[in-house]
Amino acid sequence: MSIISRGFGGRRRESPPDLPPGQYLAHDFPVLSAGPTPRIPLDRWHFTIVTETGEKHTWDWKQFTALPAEEITVDIHCVTKWSKLGTTWKGVAIDTLFEEVESAADYVMAHSYGGYTTNVPLEDLLDGKAWIAYEYDGEPLHPEHGGPARLLIPHLYFWKSAKWVDGFRMMHEDEPGFWEDAGYHMYGDPWREQRYHGD
Amino acid sequence: MARAAVSRRLTWRVATVVAARWETPSARTLVLDIPEWPGHLAGQHLDIRLTAEDGYQAQRSYSIASAWPGDGPVEISVQRLEDGEVSPYLTDVVEPGDQIEVRGPVGGWFVWRDTATAPVLLLAGGSGVVPLMAMIRARSLAGGRQPFRLIYSVRTPEDALYAEELRRRGREDSGLDVRFVWTRKAPDDWPHPPKRIDVATVNTYGWPPDFQPDCFVCGPTTFVETAADMLVALGHDPKRIRTERFGGA
Ligand SMILES: Cc1cc2nc3c(=O)[nH]c(=O)nc-3n(C[C@H](O)[C@H](O)[C@H](O)COP(=O)(O)OP(=O)(O)OC[C@H]3O[C@@H](n4cnc5c(N)ncnc54)[C@H](O)[C@@H]3O)c2cc1C
Repeated sequence: MSIISRGFGGRRRESPPDLPPGQYLAHDFPVLSAGPTPRIPLDRWHFTIVTETGEKHTWDWKQFTALPAEEITVDIHCVTKWSKLGTTWKGVAIDTLFEEVESAADYVMAHSYGGYTTNVPLEDLLDGKAWIAYEYDGEPLHPEHGGPARLLIPHLYFWKSAKWVDGFRMMHEDEPGFWEDAGYHMYGDPWREQRYHGD
Repeated sequence: MARAAVSRRLTWRVATVVAARWETPSARTLVLDIPEWPGHLAGQHLDIRLTAEDGYQAQRSYSIASAWPGDGPVEISVQRLEDGEVSPYLTDVVEPGDQIEVRGPVGGWFVWRDTATAPVLLLAGGSGVVPLMAMIRARSLAGGRQPFRLIYSVRTPEDALYAEELRRRGREDSGLDVRFVWTRKAPDDWPHPPKRIDVATVNTYGWPPDFQPDCFVCGPTTFVETAADMLVALGHDPKRIRTERFGGA
Protein backbone atom coordinates (compact mmCIF):
# COMPACT_ATOMS: atom_id res chain seq x y z
CA MET A 1 0.00 0.00 0.00
CA SER A 2 2.75 2.40 0.96
CA ILE A 3 4.63 4.20 -1.77
CA ILE A 4 8.33 3.46 -2.08
CA SER A 5 10.56 6.38 -1.19
CA ARG A 6 13.07 6.69 -4.04
CA GLY A 7 16.59 6.21 -2.78
CA PHE A 8 15.61 5.42 0.81
CA GLY A 9 17.43 2.41 2.20
CA GLY A 10 17.06 3.13 5.87
CA ARG A 11 19.84 2.88 8.35
CA ARG A 12 18.57 -0.30 9.99
CA ARG A 13 20.53 -0.21 13.09
CA GLU A 14 20.52 -3.52 14.88
CA SER A 15 17.02 -3.69 16.30
CA PRO A 16 16.42 -6.27 19.01
CA PRO A 17 13.47 -8.58 18.34
CA ASP A 18 11.78 -7.54 21.57
CA LEU A 19 11.09 -4.01 20.29
CA PRO A 20 7.54 -3.11 19.27
CA PRO A 21 7.14 -2.13 15.60
CA GLY A 22 8.56 1.28 14.63
CA GLN A 23 10.58 1.69 17.82
CA TYR A 24 14.32 2.22 18.07
CA LEU A 25 16.62 1.63 20.97
CA ALA A 26 17.58 4.76 22.92
CA HIS A 27 20.79 4.80 24.88
CA ASP A 28 20.07 8.04 26.67
CA PHE A 29 16.81 8.81 28.46
CA PRO A 30 14.90 11.37 26.41
CA VAL A 31 12.57 13.78 28.18
CA LEU A 32 9.17 14.75 26.83
CA SER A 33 6.56 16.78 28.61
CA ALA A 34 4.15 19.56 27.87
CA GLY A 35 5.55 22.22 30.18
CA PRO A 36 8.33 23.03 32.58
CA THR A 37 9.42 20.46 35.13
CA PRO A 38 7.50 20.87 38.42
CA ARG A 39 9.67 20.53 41.51
CA ILE A 40 7.68 19.20 44.44
CA PRO A 41 9.20 19.24 47.92
CA LEU A 42 8.74 15.89 49.63
CA ASP A 43 7.08 17.43 52.68
CA ARG A 44 4.35 18.80 50.40
CA TRP A 45 3.92 15.67 48.32
CA HIS A 46 0.63 13.73 48.51
CA PHE A 47 -0.97 10.97 46.54
CA THR A 48 -4.77 10.74 46.62
CA ILE A 49 -7.23 8.25 45.20
CA VAL A 50 -10.77 9.60 44.86
CA THR A 51 -13.36 6.92 44.27
CA GLU A 52 -16.55 7.25 42.26
CA THR A 53 -18.43 7.85 45.52
CA GLY A 54 -16.11 10.73 46.41
CA GLU A 55 -14.25 8.83 49.09
CA LYS A 56 -10.63 9.93 49.41
CA HIS A 57 -7.52 7.95 50.32
CA THR A 58 -4.41 10.04 50.80
CA TRP A 59 -0.80 9.09 51.45
CA ASP A 60 1.92 11.57 52.31
CA TRP A 61 5.53 10.85 51.38
CA LYS A 62 6.32 9.10 54.66
CA GLN A 63 3.24 6.92 54.53
CA PHE A 64 3.77 6.19 50.86
CA THR A 65 7.39 5.15 51.13
CA ALA A 66 6.51 3.01 54.17
CA LEU A 67 4.32 0.84 51.93
CA PRO A 68 5.87 -2.39 50.64
CA ALA A 69 7.92 -1.53 47.55
CA GLU A 70 9.12 -3.66 44.65
CA GLU A 71 12.12 -3.61 42.34
CA ILE A 72 10.93 -3.69 38.76
CA THR A 73 12.98 -4.29 35.62
CA VAL A 74 10.98 -3.54 32.48
CA ASP A 75 11.16 -2.27 28.91
CA ILE A 76 9.61 1.11 28.21
CA HIS A 77 8.30 2.47 24.91
CA CYS A 78 7.68 6.11 24.04
CA VAL A 79 5.22 7.14 21.36
CA THR A 80 7.99 9.26 19.80
CA LYS A 81 9.60 5.92 18.89
CA TRP A 82 12.39 5.40 21.37
CA SER A 83 12.42 2.38 23.65
CA LYS A 84 14.66 1.48 26.53
CA LEU A 85 15.14 -2.13 27.51
CA GLY A 86 15.69 -3.44 30.99
CA THR A 87 15.16 -0.23 32.95
CA THR A 88 15.15 -0.69 36.71
CA TRP A 89 12.76 1.07 39.07
CA LYS A 90 11.58 0.87 42.63
CA GLY A 91 8.01 1.64 43.52
CA VAL A 92 4.72 0.64 45.06
CA ALA A 93 2.47 -1.71 43.09
CA ILE A 94 -0.94 -0.23 42.34
CA ASP A 95 -2.36 -3.48 43.79
CA THR A 96 -0.97 -2.41 47.15
CA LEU A 97 -2.82 0.91 47.02
CA PHE A 98 -6.07 -0.75 46.05
CA GLU A 99 -5.93 -3.06 49.05
CA GLU A 100 -7.23 -0.01 50.93
CA VAL A 101 -9.62 1.31 48.28
CA GLU A 102 -13.14 0.16 47.53
CA SER A 103 -14.17 0.91 43.94
CA ALA A 104 -16.43 -0.57 41.29
CA ALA A 105 -15.33 1.84 38.57
CA ASP A 106 -13.49 0.49 35.54
CA TYR A 107 -11.44 3.52 34.57
CA VAL A 108 -8.85 5.69 36.19
CA MET A 109 -7.85 9.25 35.41
CA ALA A 110 -4.31 9.78 36.63
CA HIS A 111 -3.60 13.35 37.71
CA SER A 112 -0.26 15.09 38.07
CA TYR A 113 1.27 18.11 39.73
CA GLY A 114 1.26 20.70 36.94
CA GLY A 115 -2.17 19.62 35.68
CA TYR A 116 -1.35 16.70 33.37
CA THR A 117 -3.91 13.90 33.12
CA THR A 118 -4.07 10.52 31.40
CA ASN A 119 -6.74 7.82 31.36
CA VAL A 120 -6.16 4.09 31.91
CA PRO A 121 -8.49 1.14 32.41
CA LEU A 122 -8.17 -0.05 36.02
CA GLU A 123 -7.44 -3.61 34.91
CA ASP A 124 -4.28 -2.32 33.19
CA LEU A 125 -3.01 -1.10 36.55
CA LEU A 126 -3.69 -4.21 38.63
CA ASP A 127 -2.19 -7.70 38.86
CA GLY A 128 1.39 -6.50 38.94
CA LYS A 129 1.12 -4.49 35.73
CA ALA A 130 1.75 -0.98 37.10
CA TRP A 131 3.48 0.92 39.89
CA ILE A 132 4.03 4.33 41.37
CA ALA A 133 7.80 4.50 41.01
CA TYR A 134 10.07 6.73 43.04
CA GLU A 135 13.52 5.37 42.22
CA TYR A 136 15.22 4.88 38.88
CA ASP A 137 18.46 2.93 38.60
CA GLY A 138 18.90 2.93 42.37
CA GLU A 139 18.60 6.72 42.68
CA PRO A 140 15.66 8.90 43.71
CA LEU A 141 13.68 9.65 40.56
CA HIS A 142 14.97 12.89 39.01
CA PRO A 143 12.37 15.68 38.57
CA GLU A 144 12.96 15.65 34.77
CA HIS A 145 11.80 12.05 34.69
CA GLY A 146 8.81 12.62 36.91
CA GLY A 147 10.24 12.66 40.44
CA PRO A 148 9.39 12.51 43.28
CA ALA A 149 7.09 9.81 41.87
CA ARG A 150 5.59 8.79 38.56
CA LEU A 151 3.20 6.21 37.30
CA LEU A 152 4.90 3.28 35.56
CA ILE A 153 2.79 1.26 33.12
CA PRO A 154 5.39 -0.43 30.95
CA HIS A 155 2.98 -2.25 28.65
CA LEU A 156 1.47 1.00 27.35
CA TYR A 157 3.12 3.91 25.55
CA PHE A 158 5.00 5.99 28.04
CA TRP A 159 2.74 9.04 27.95
CA LYS A 160 0.40 6.89 30.09
CA SER A 161 3.12 6.68 32.73
CA ALA A 162 2.22 10.10 34.14
CA LYS A 163 5.14 12.01 35.62
CA TRP A 164 4.76 13.91 38.92
CA VAL A 165 1.63 11.87 39.57
CA ASP A 166 -0.45 13.07 42.51
CA GLY A 167 -3.58 11.00 42.33
CA PHE A 168 -6.21 8.85 40.66
CA ARG A 169 -9.84 9.69 40.05
CA MET A 170 -12.02 6.63 39.53
CA MET A 171 -14.48 6.82 36.62
CA HIS A 172 -17.30 4.60 35.42
CA GLU A 173 -16.78 5.71 31.83
CA ASP A 174 -13.52 6.18 29.96
CA GLU A 175 -12.65 9.84 29.38
CA PRO A 176 -9.73 11.30 27.45
CA GLY A 177 -6.84 12.77 29.40
CA PHE A 178 -4.48 15.49 28.27
CA TRP A 179 -2.80 13.96 25.19
CA GLU A 180 -5.78 11.73 24.46
CA ASP A 181 -7.87 14.88 24.13
CA ALA A 182 -5.26 16.23 21.73
CA GLY A 183 -5.66 13.31 19.33
CA TYR A 184 -3.61 10.56 20.95
CA HIS A 185 -5.00 7.06 21.29
CA MET A 186 -7.31 6.29 24.23
CA TYR A 187 -5.43 3.08 25.08
CA GLY A 188 -1.92 3.28 23.60
CA ASP A 189 -0.67 -0.28 23.05
CA PRO A 190 2.84 -0.03 21.55
CA TRP A 191 2.65 -3.54 20.06
CA ARG A 192 -0.37 -2.47 18.02
CA GLU A 193 1.10 0.98 17.31
CA GLN A 194 -1.87 2.78 18.85
CA ARG A 195 -0.39 6.24 18.60
CA TYR A 196 -3.23 8.45 17.51
CA HIS A 197 -6.99 8.43 17.73
CA GLY A 198 -8.28 5.86 15.26
CA ASP A 199 -5.05 3.80 15.00
CA MET B 1 -3.56 22.85 31.86
CA ALA B 2 -6.26 23.87 29.46
CA ARG B 3 -7.94 21.25 27.37
CA ALA B 4 -6.64 20.97 23.84
CA ALA B 5 -8.70 20.26 20.77
CA VAL B 6 -8.53 18.10 17.64
CA SER B 7 -9.71 14.53 17.82
CA ARG B 8 -9.89 13.13 14.40
CA ARG B 9 -8.72 10.09 12.57
CA LEU B 10 -5.36 10.67 10.97
CA THR B 11 -4.84 9.06 7.62
CA TRP B 12 -1.65 8.73 5.62
CA ARG B 13 -1.62 10.90 2.52
CA VAL B 14 0.79 10.99 -0.37
CA ALA B 15 2.49 14.38 -0.48
CA THR B 16 4.45 15.65 -3.45
CA VAL B 17 7.59 17.68 -2.87
CA VAL B 18 7.06 20.73 -5.07
CA ALA B 19 10.13 22.72 -4.08
CA ALA B 20 13.11 22.56 -1.75
CA ARG B 21 15.51 25.21 -0.54
CA TRP B 22 18.50 25.32 1.78
CA GLU B 23 18.03 27.46 4.88
CA THR B 24 21.57 26.80 6.10
CA PRO B 25 24.26 24.41 4.83
CA SER B 26 22.63 21.66 6.89
CA ALA B 27 18.93 22.53 7.04
CA ARG B 28 16.54 22.34 4.17
CA THR B 29 12.95 23.42 3.75
CA LEU B 30 10.66 21.10 1.81
CA VAL B 31 7.53 22.50 0.25
CA LEU B 32 4.84 19.81 0.21
CA ASP B 33 1.69 19.65 -1.79
CA ILE B 34 -0.68 17.52 0.27
CA PRO B 35 -4.04 16.69 -1.30
CA GLU B 36 -7.01 17.51 0.92
CA TRP B 37 -4.84 18.89 3.69
CA PRO B 38 -7.34 19.86 6.41
CA GLY B 39 -5.31 22.89 7.50
CA HIS B 40 -3.24 23.35 10.63
CA LEU B 41 -2.52 25.62 13.56
CA ALA B 42 0.86 27.20 14.11
CA GLY B 43 2.91 24.83 16.28
CA GLN B 44 1.45 21.55 15.06
CA HIS B 45 3.58 18.90 13.40
CA LEU B 46 3.16 16.15 10.87
CA ASP B 47 4.55 12.66 10.70
CA ILE B 48 6.54 11.44 7.72
CA ARG B 49 6.78 7.80 6.74
CA LEU B 50 9.46 6.51 4.41
CA THR B 51 9.40 3.06 2.84
CA ALA B 52 12.40 1.25 1.37
CA GLU B 53 12.06 -1.08 -1.62
CA ASP B 54 11.91 -4.13 0.61
CA GLY B 55 9.13 -2.66 2.74
CA TYR B 56 11.30 -1.40 5.61
CA GLN B 57 9.75 1.74 7.07
CA ALA B 58 10.82 4.66 9.22
CA GLN B 59 8.62 7.39 10.70
CA ARG B 60 9.59 10.77 12.17
CA SER B 61 7.82 13.93 13.28
CA TYR B 62 8.47 17.38 11.76
CA SER B 63 7.01 20.66 12.86
CA ILE B 64 5.13 22.61 10.26
CA ALA B 65 7.04 25.77 9.44
CA SER B 66 4.45 27.54 7.33
CA ALA B 67 1.28 29.35 8.28
CA TRP B 68 -1.86 28.10 6.61
CA PRO B 69 -3.48 30.60 4.27
CA GLY B 70 -6.41 28.30 3.59
CA ASP B 71 -4.90 26.56 0.59
CA GLY B 72 -1.46 26.10 -0.84
CA PRO B 73 1.43 23.92 0.22
CA VAL B 74 2.79 23.01 3.64
CA GLU B 75 6.42 23.59 4.53
CA ILE B 76 8.73 21.75 6.91
CA SER B 77 12.37 22.49 7.69
CA VAL B 78 14.67 19.60 8.42
CA GLN B 79 18.01 19.80 10.20
CA ARG B 80 20.43 17.12 8.99
CA LEU B 81 21.80 14.83 11.72
CA GLU B 82 24.90 13.31 10.13
CA ASP B 83 24.26 9.86 11.57
CA GLY B 84 20.49 10.05 11.41
CA GLU B 85 18.25 7.74 9.44
CA VAL B 86 15.56 10.06 8.09
CA SER B 87 16.86 13.63 8.24
CA PRO B 88 19.82 13.13 5.82
CA TYR B 89 17.39 11.58 3.37
CA LEU B 90 15.09 14.60 3.57
CA THR B 91 17.94 17.10 3.30
CA ASP B 92 20.14 15.39 0.71
CA VAL B 93 18.18 12.85 -1.30
CA VAL B 94 14.62 14.05 -1.80
CA GLU B 95 14.07 16.22 -4.86
CA PRO B 96 11.08 18.14 -6.20
CA GLY B 97 8.72 15.68 -7.87
CA ASP B 98 9.34 12.96 -5.27
CA GLN B 99 6.47 11.67 -3.17
CA ILE B 100 6.49 10.92 0.55
CA GLU B 101 3.78 9.82 2.94
CA VAL B 102 2.60 12.21 5.61
CA ARG B 103 -0.12 12.38 8.19
CA GLY B 104 -1.30 15.21 10.31
CA PRO B 105 -1.63 17.78 11.56
CA VAL B 106 -0.75 16.39 14.98
CA GLY B 107 -0.76 18.16 18.33
CA GLY B 108 -3.24 20.52 19.94
CA TRP B 109 -1.28 21.83 22.90
CA PHE B 110 1.90 23.45 21.59
CA VAL B 111 -0.12 25.73 19.32
CA TRP B 112 -0.74 29.42 18.95
CA ARG B 113 -4.09 30.62 17.65
CA ASP B 114 -4.23 33.97 15.89
CA THR B 115 -7.32 34.85 17.94
CA ALA B 116 -5.23 34.87 21.15
CA THR B 117 -4.45 38.34 22.47
CA ALA B 118 -1.85 37.76 25.21
CA PRO B 119 1.76 38.80 24.56
CA VAL B 120 3.85 35.91 23.32
CA LEU B 121 7.38 34.94 24.25
CA LEU B 122 9.12 32.46 21.97
CA LEU B 123 12.33 30.76 23.07
CA ALA B 124 14.02 28.71 20.36
CA GLY B 125 17.11 26.51 20.47
CA GLY B 126 18.53 25.39 17.11
CA SER B 127 15.94 23.77 14.84
CA GLY B 128 13.39 24.32 17.63
CA VAL B 129 12.73 27.61 15.87
CA VAL B 130 10.59 25.82 13.26
CA PRO B 131 7.19 25.72 15.02
CA LEU B 132 7.86 29.16 16.49
CA MET B 133 8.47 30.51 13.00
CA ALA B 134 5.07 29.13 12.05
CA MET B 135 3.60 31.23 14.89
CA ILE B 136 5.37 34.37 13.68
CA ARG B 137 4.16 33.70 10.15
CA ALA B 138 0.61 32.99 11.31
CA ARG B 139 0.53 36.27 13.22
CA SER B 140 1.75 38.10 10.16
CA LEU B 141 -0.70 36.33 7.86
CA ALA B 142 -3.61 37.32 10.10
CA GLY B 143 -2.35 40.90 10.30
CA GLY B 144 -2.06 40.37 14.07
CA ARG B 145 -0.84 43.02 16.48
CA GLN B 146 -0.14 40.75 19.45
CA PRO B 147 3.19 41.71 21.06
CA PHE B 148 5.66 38.96 20.08
CA ARG B 149 9.22 38.41 21.17
CA LEU B 150 11.53 35.71 19.90
CA ILE B 151 14.81 34.80 21.56
CA TYR B 152 16.66 32.45 19.23
CA SER B 153 19.69 30.58 20.55
CA VAL B 154 21.87 29.21 17.77
CA ARG B 155 25.50 28.16 17.42
CA THR B 156 26.78 30.45 14.68
CA PRO B 157 25.30 32.86 12.13
CA GLU B 158 25.68 30.12 9.49
CA ASP B 159 23.38 27.85 11.53
CA ALA B 160 20.48 30.29 11.93
CA LEU B 161 17.33 29.17 10.13
CA TYR B 162 15.23 31.87 8.47
CA ALA B 163 17.81 34.49 9.50
CA GLU B 164 16.99 36.92 6.75
CA GLU B 165 13.23 36.61 7.08
CA LEU B 166 13.48 37.02 10.85
CA ARG B 167 15.54 40.20 10.48
CA ARG B 168 13.12 41.56 7.91
CA ARG B 169 10.06 40.74 9.99
CA GLY B 170 11.77 42.18 13.07
CA ARG B 171 11.91 45.48 11.17
CA GLU B 172 8.59 45.31 9.34
CA ASP B 173 6.08 43.34 11.44
CA SER B 174 5.10 45.86 14.04
CA GLY B 175 5.24 44.54 17.57
CA LEU B 176 7.64 41.70 16.76
CA ASP B 177 11.10 41.73 18.34
CA VAL B 178 13.77 39.24 17.41
CA ARG B 179 16.87 38.62 19.50
CA PHE B 180 19.61 36.19 18.53
CA VAL B 181 21.85 34.50 21.10
CA TRP B 182 25.02 33.08 19.49
CA THR B 183 26.45 30.21 21.50
CA ARG B 184 29.69 29.42 19.59
CA LYS B 185 30.48 32.23 17.19
CA ALA B 186 28.88 35.68 16.92
CA PRO B 187 28.82 37.84 13.78
CA ASP B 188 31.83 40.18 13.45
CA ASP B 189 29.88 43.27 14.39
CA TRP B 190 28.21 41.66 17.43
CA PRO B 191 28.99 43.58 20.62
CA HIS B 192 29.18 40.52 22.92
CA PRO B 193 31.21 37.32 22.98
CA PRO B 194 29.21 34.14 22.23
CA LYS B 195 27.37 32.70 25.23
CA ARG B 196 24.52 30.44 26.18
CA ILE B 197 21.08 31.81 26.90
CA ASP B 198 20.97 33.03 30.52
CA VAL B 199 18.51 34.56 32.95
CA ALA B 200 19.69 38.07 32.11
CA THR B 201 18.96 37.52 28.41
CA VAL B 202 15.49 36.14 29.08
CA ASN B 203 14.81 38.95 31.51
CA THR B 204 16.04 41.65 29.13
CA TYR B 205 14.57 40.43 25.86
CA GLY B 206 11.53 38.52 27.10
CA TRP B 207 8.35 39.87 28.70
CA PRO B 208 8.07 40.51 32.41
CA PRO B 209 5.92 37.84 34.12
CA ASP B 210 3.28 40.38 35.15
CA PHE B 211 2.46 40.88 31.45
CA GLN B 212 1.28 37.26 31.62
CA PRO B 213 2.72 36.25 28.28
CA ASP B 214 2.11 32.87 26.71
CA CYS B 215 5.55 31.27 26.51
CA PHE B 216 6.54 28.69 23.93
CA VAL B 217 9.88 26.94 24.37
CA CYS B 218 11.21 24.58 21.73
CA GLY B 219 14.55 22.94 21.01
CA PRO B 220 16.79 20.14 22.20
CA THR B 221 15.91 18.70 25.61
CA THR B 222 18.66 20.41 27.59
CA PHE B 223 17.80 23.78 26.04
CA VAL B 224 14.12 23.38 26.85
CA GLU B 225 14.81 22.27 30.43
CA THR B 226 17.14 25.21 31.06
CA ALA B 227 15.00 27.84 29.36
CA ALA B 228 11.73 26.68 30.97
CA ASP B 229 13.40 26.60 34.40
CA MET B 230 14.59 30.19 33.85
CA LEU B 231 11.07 31.32 33.02
CA VAL B 232 9.74 29.70 36.19
CA ALA B 233 12.56 31.24 38.23
CA LEU B 234 11.73 34.67 36.80
CA GLY B 235 8.19 34.25 38.06
CA HIS B 236 6.29 33.11 34.97
CA ASP B 237 3.23 31.00 35.62
CA PRO B 238 4.16 27.39 34.72
CA LYS B 239 0.68 27.00 33.22
CA ARG B 240 1.57 29.58 30.59
CA ILE B 241 4.77 27.84 29.57
CA ARG B 242 4.41 25.29 26.80
CA THR B 243 7.33 23.20 25.73
CA GLU B 244 8.25 20.95 22.86
CA ARG B 245 11.36 18.84 22.91
CA PHE B 246 13.05 17.66 19.76
CA GLY B 247 15.04 14.92 21.46
CA GLY B 248 18.81 15.09 21.34
CA ALA B 249 21.03 16.58 23.97
C1 LIG C 1 7.09 17.00 17.72
C2 LIG C 1 8.42 16.95 17.02
C3 LIG C 1 8.72 17.91 16.07
C4 LIG C 1 9.94 17.89 15.40
N1 LIG C 1 10.20 18.85 14.48
C5 LIG C 1 11.38 18.86 13.84
C6 LIG C 1 11.67 19.88 12.87
O1 LIG C 1 10.88 20.78 12.60
N2 LIG C 1 12.88 19.84 12.24
C7 LIG C 1 13.80 18.86 12.52
O2 LIG C 1 14.87 18.87 11.89
N3 LIG C 1 13.54 17.88 13.44
C8 LIG C 1 12.36 17.86 14.09
N4 LIG C 1 12.09 16.87 15.01
C9 LIG C 1 13.06 15.78 15.19
C10 LIG C 1 12.82 14.70 14.13
O3 LIG C 1 11.59 14.04 14.39
C11 LIG C 1 13.90 13.62 14.10
O4 LIG C 1 14.08 13.13 15.40
C12 LIG C 1 15.22 14.12 13.57
O5 LIG C 1 15.06 14.60 12.24
C13 LIG C 1 16.26 13.01 13.59
O6 LIG C 1 15.81 11.92 12.84
P1 LIG C 1 16.82 11.00 12.08
O7 LIG C 1 16.05 9.87 11.53
O8 LIG C 1 17.66 11.78 11.11
O9 LIG C 1 17.80 10.52 13.20
P2 LIG C 1 17.70 9.15 14.00
O10 LIG C 1 18.11 8.04 13.10
O11 LIG C 1 16.39 9.05 14.66
O12 LIG C 1 18.82 9.40 15.05
C14 LIG C 1 18.68 10.43 16.05
C15 LIG C 1 19.87 10.33 16.97
O13 LIG C 1 19.76 9.13 17.70
C16 LIG C 1 20.87 8.32 17.45
N5 LIG C 1 20.39 6.95 17.21
C17 LIG C 1 19.21 6.58 16.70
N6 LIG C 1 19.09 5.25 16.68
C18 LIG C 1 20.23 4.77 17.16
C19 LIG C 1 20.71 3.46 17.39
N7 LIG C 1 19.99 2.35 17.15
N8 LIG C 1 21.93 3.33 17.90
C20 LIG C 1 22.66 4.42 18.16
N9 LIG C 1 22.24 5.68 17.99
C21 LIG C 1 21.05 5.85 17.49
C22 LIG C 1 21.56 8.86 16.23
O14 LIG C 1 22.95 8.73 16.35
C23 LIG C 1 21.16 10.30 16.20
O15 LIG C 1 22.10 11.12 16.84
C24 LIG C 1 10.88 16.88 15.70
C25 LIG C 1 10.58 15.92 16.66
C26 LIG C 1 9.38 15.94 17.33
C27 LIG C 1 9.08 14.89 18.37
